[in-house]
Amino acid sequence: MSELHAQTVAYVRDTMLPQAAPPMRQSGVVLWLRQNLFSGPLNTILTLLGLAVVWFLVSHFWPWFSHSVWNASSMAECRQIIAERWGEGATGGCFAVIRERWNQFLFGFFPPSEYWRPTAAFGLMFFAIAPVLFTESRGLRWTVMAVAAVLTFAFCVLLGAPPRVLAVLAAALVGLTALNEYAHRGALVFSLLFPFLAVWLLWGGSAWGPACVLAGFVVGFAVWRVLARFGLFAVAAGVLAAAGWWMFASGTVAGVLQGVLPVALPQVESRAFGGFVLAITIGVAGIVMSLPLGIILALARRSDMPVVKAFAVMFIEFIRGVPLITLLFVASLLLNYFLPPGTNFDIILRVIIMVTLFAAAYMAEVIRGGLAALPVGQYEAADALGLDYWKAQRLIILPQALKISIPGIVGTFIGLFKDTTLVTFVGLFDPLKQMADTIRATFAWKGAYWEPYIFTGAIFFILCFSMSRYSMYLEQRLKRDHR
Amino acid sequence: MTDLPAGQDPPFRLSMLVRDRRYRSLTIQAGVFILVMLFAAWLVSNTVENLARMGKTFDFGFLGNRSGYDIPFSLIPYSSDSTHLRAAGVGLLNTLLVSALGCLFATIIGVLVGVLRLSSNWLVSRLMTVYVEVFRNVPLLLWILVIMAVFTEAMPAPRDYRPAADGTASASMILFDSVAPTNRYTSVPALRVDHDPGPVVLGPLSLSAPLLAFLVALAAAWLIHRWVRARAQARQDATGIRPVTWWITLALYLVPLIALSRLFGLHLVTPELRGFNFAGGMNLDNGFVVLLLALSLYTGAFIAEIVRAGIMAVSRGQSEAAAALGLRARPIMALVVLPQALRVIIPPLISQFLNLTKNSSLAIAVGYPDLRATLGGTTLNQTGREMESMLLMMAIYLALSLVISGVMNVYNASVRLKER
Amino acid sequence: MKTTVFLGTVAAAALIGGMAAADTLADVKARGVLNCGVNTGLVGFAAPDANGNWSGFDIAVCKAVAAAVLGDASKVKYIPTTGQTRFTALASGEVDVLARNSTWTFQRDTDLKLDFVGVNYFDGQGFMVRKDLGVTSAKELDGATICIQTGTSTELNLADYFKHNNMTYQPVNIDSNAEGEQQYMAGACDAYTTDASGLAATRAAFADPENHIILPEIISKEPLGPAVRHGDNNWGDVVRWTLYALIAAEEYGVTSANLEELAKSSTNPEVQRLLGASDDYGKMLGLDKDWAKRAIAASGNYGEIFAATIGEQTPIGLARGLNAQWTQGGLMYAMPFR
Repeated sequence: MSELHAQTVAYVRDTMLPQAAPPMRQSGVVLWLRQNLFSGPLNTILTLLGLAVVWFLVSHFWPWFSHSVWNASSMAECRQIIAERWGEGATGGCFAVIRERWNQFLFGFFPPSEYWRPTAAFGLMFFAIAPVLFTESRGLRWTVMAVAAVLTFAFCVLLGAPPRVLAVLAAALVGLTALNEYAHRGALVFSLLFPFLAVWLLWGGSAWGPACVLAGFVVGFAVWRVLARFGLFAVAAGVLAAAGWWMFASGTVAGVLQGVLPVALPQVESRAFGGFVLAITIGVAGIVMSLPLGIILALARRSDMPVVKAFAVMFIEFIRGVPLITLLFVASLLLNYFLPPGTNFDIILRVIIMVTLFAAAYMAEVIRGGLAALPVGQYEAADALGLDYWKAQRLIILPQALKISIPGIVGTFIGLFKDTTLVTFVGLFDPLKQMADTIRATFAWKGAYWEPYIFTGAIFFILCFSMSRYSMYLEQRLKRDHR
Repeated sequence: MTDLPAGQDPPFRLSMLVRDRRYRSLTIQAGVFILVMLFAAWLVSNTVENLARMGKTFDFGFLGNRSGYDIPFSLIPYSSDSTHLRAAGVGLLNTLLVSALGCLFATIIGVLVGVLRLSSNWLVSRLMTVYVEVFRNVPLLLWILVIMAVFTEAMPAPRDYRPAADGTASASMILFDSVAPTNRYTSVPALRVDHDPGPVVLGPLSLSAPLLAFLVALAAAWLIHRWVRARAQARQDATGIRPVTWWITLALYLVPLIALSRLFGLHLVTPELRGFNFAGGMNLDNGFVVLLLALSLYTGAFIAEIVRAGIMAVSRGQSEAAAALGLRARPIMALVVLPQALRVIIPPLISQFLNLTKNSSLAIAVGYPDLRATLGGTTLNQTGREMESMLLMMAIYLALSLVISGVMNVYNASVRLKER
Repeated sequence: MKTTVFLGTVAAAALIGGMAAADTLADVKARGVLNCGVNTGLVGFAAPDANGNWSGFDIAVCKAVAAAVLGDASKVKYIPTTGQTRFTALASGEVDVLARNSTWTFQRDTDLKLDFVGVNYFDGQGFMVRKDLGVTSAKELDGATICIQTGTSTELNLADYFKHNNMTYQPVNIDSNAEGEQQYMAGACDAYTTDASGLAATRAAFADPENHIILPEIISKEPLGPAVRHGDNNWGDVVRWTLYALIAAEEYGVTSANLEELAKSSTNPEVQRLLGASDDYGKMLGLDKDWAKRAIAASGNYGEIFAATIGEQTPIGLARGLNAQWTQGGLMYAMPFR
């Protein structure tokens, strides 16, 4: 080649010239700007509009924010400080209200000496959900558990938990981390136990109360296992045994055990719940209880038994058809009419029940979507193996359907968590409105509107945003698994 | 599995109700039915007993009584002398109004933002992402409260529009002196007619004559428009040449409207300050404006995500293939991409509309008199009929939801791609 | 499996929650705590402080009843109720007594099945406006925008008043007092109307109270008082006479300071009966002898409570006016202890 080359075209250059720099407009910042911001007349207009919006927001918000005051004991003092520092007529945020009352936004009227309890319950929650959520990515699981453990412990120390409690907590955190790592099934057991632990931590009282309620499940399960060969009868017997235990034995046994081996925390009234403790308690309780209820409803709705299906459809469509706020009013105004005369329980429990029913209907639809998305072959294969209905659901259908539904479930949870703010309309102290109104009702903080909104809004955003990111991450991962 | 001949069926034994698969389902259903009915009966009997114990009755007669309270925002004539039933009707119409407008604006916002989020413009797509994430991850109640606070704290009071002693007012109207946002309401120009021949009475309904005339004219224009289009299509199919029709369409809509406007003397009245308040124009209550804004922005963020997902779900090959067939940009969008994207978009969009309608009950936070505020609020409170009011209100919301989802499902079925 | 968690919770709740049968007095004694329905937050009348401790004029009634019945003024569970949930909370047995500045009206007493046991504050509905509006009488409010709490008796009064005087107004519905203040302060309404006491409390809290005036017209009678369920007369008597004990104590000069001394040394037969020094009136109520003593000791007599929570020395600064003792030209008149 080269010989021919040399003979035919003598003047050809045989060395490469050094590359010239591209023209100004084709490289670096200018190129990026041209490509991404000013690629055409429409884009240019959009960019300019966007810049105008940003400028508008910054120019209106920044002065207010930069003039914020963190140290003051009342709104008037705040205004005075702002006027002194930045001249008459300057406006500024008075975040002193957050500094003074942060505990009420977070813990409501929870006794300050017990602040560590909701904190610990919140931290332990991550360990309870860890085995369910991060089964595959080890690094992520470690990160989450380490961060949760360290933060939980640190906050409990800061909030003045007694040393004995700290010791138990530290041991529990280390133990749970190990459990999650080396004994996966054990970690699942902790997930099942966690609701009872959380109830005890939040409401206090004797630890034997929740333990005996838990024992009811064990009793029911045991009766069912023993009689398993009687099919339907075993199920009924199990339910009856558990109900009998709760009605007649549980209270007495708890009392006796408490007498023998007292394990108790100071009792905290539901009325003391407020702020984010209230929101998270309602939200988590709603989701934890609505998940199994939702699964049952979804299965019922896909059942081939017309009566069962009709009831499920009626329930789901009714709940989804009315606003949550009316259901909350039902909880506060009507529920007492529906129960036997004289029954009277806590408004928070009533609200949790209503929120649970509400979430269960939405959950049922999400899970139904997951069930419908499974290829028919899976059902047929289960049948072909000779599995009965429950075995087929438990071993083949539900594990896959739930996995597909996780993003939807997380989405429902985000919605539910945001909706917990509506409890303000039945007189509970939610962080967004009622708590802020209460604080504003005092003479010192009259007129503090924006600061509480920004504070609670930011917390809601952080919690919901991280959940939605998690669900997106999960969606990505599940996609890889299935395609 | 072989079927046993009819004569050889094993004799029926009671244990088969539990053991035999065919009969077990009957047992379970009967059991469930009995349990549910027992539960319902238990609830009802408790309710009856409780009502009797409190000496209360259960009847809807109170709906016919004089309500005695005023409603700040009403689409139909209403005064404190009207009945509770009418108050509930006012509330229902207000709910429908804010929901319908909310759905409309939320869809517009959602489509715009969803498309802009996919735009190649770095700044704009980032801004839209921020908007979507911020609105989706914060409770709607917060947005309502914040927007309400913006309106009450940051907007001028009506009296600020009045010139002070030195002849200058501290606030001025916007948009060519036609719109006056205040901290009570937003005053916008209203349409007025000079020659109103009076209402047309159709049985129990009475409609304003000009409104009726305009509706009839629009409907007629639309029908003729369809006919013209069908003719043009037929001509195109036959000859391959589509006759120019845009000017016919334009004339069809514009000519009657202009003629009718002249006939009735239709004109815009801009608001002006009289006494305490603006008069002349239409004063849109801030509760309404705030609720509408908050609902539209909040739901718009969700719809944007739905639209984005819908557009991304249509594979690129579809539009490339359409281009290869020689279609231009608009037909590609209208005939290839959109129908497929809509199939993905519509079902979640329906549930967003339903959510918006239900969320409109948050009007409670801004004092907008929707159904919950009239029937489920003041009426309930003044009459003490919580059972009747709540049940009626839930029934109305339920009916509303079922109607919306029914209508949208029919539409959904019509746009769905026919699959084998 | 987890559905049963729900059942367990309900079961536990049913155990915790007591039974509220017709005999409220016995229930309260058995429970050891008085459930008292109060406002969600109205400074001076009922509001929680930073630690969740409630205080105020209505709270004092709750405390007095708890002291009389249970012997301990702190054994009260305050249940915040909204304007919407208050009567149902009472009717359904969620609260034993409703001390939430509610107006005693015909309809509430009869149709809503409540029993108002007395009046602890005689109020009337008034209007507050900015001074620079130049309005000096409610009759000049034609065409004004008025902030009004929905679901209250004031809403009906307002409609009646404007109709009666042939005037029009534009209502701005608000949900709570806090919201009303915000709207009024921002100028979203020309006038704010509610009970005159509430107006005074609201005005007192402004940075510039001198720029706002309360118009002279009082357009309605608003007798505010504690209410109990209809049909349980025993319990009604307990609350009624606890309230009268507070009022009578002021009339006879019994204060929380001289209570013990008077119980021993007073020669006034009425005081002796009130404080259980001579006859045992507590027994007739189903209480013990010292019930009234404890009720008065809880937060003082009516006058002391008034002075400490909403009186002229407090930021709210209400004058006694109609709420002075009948001997001072007011309407406070305790029925005789005889």
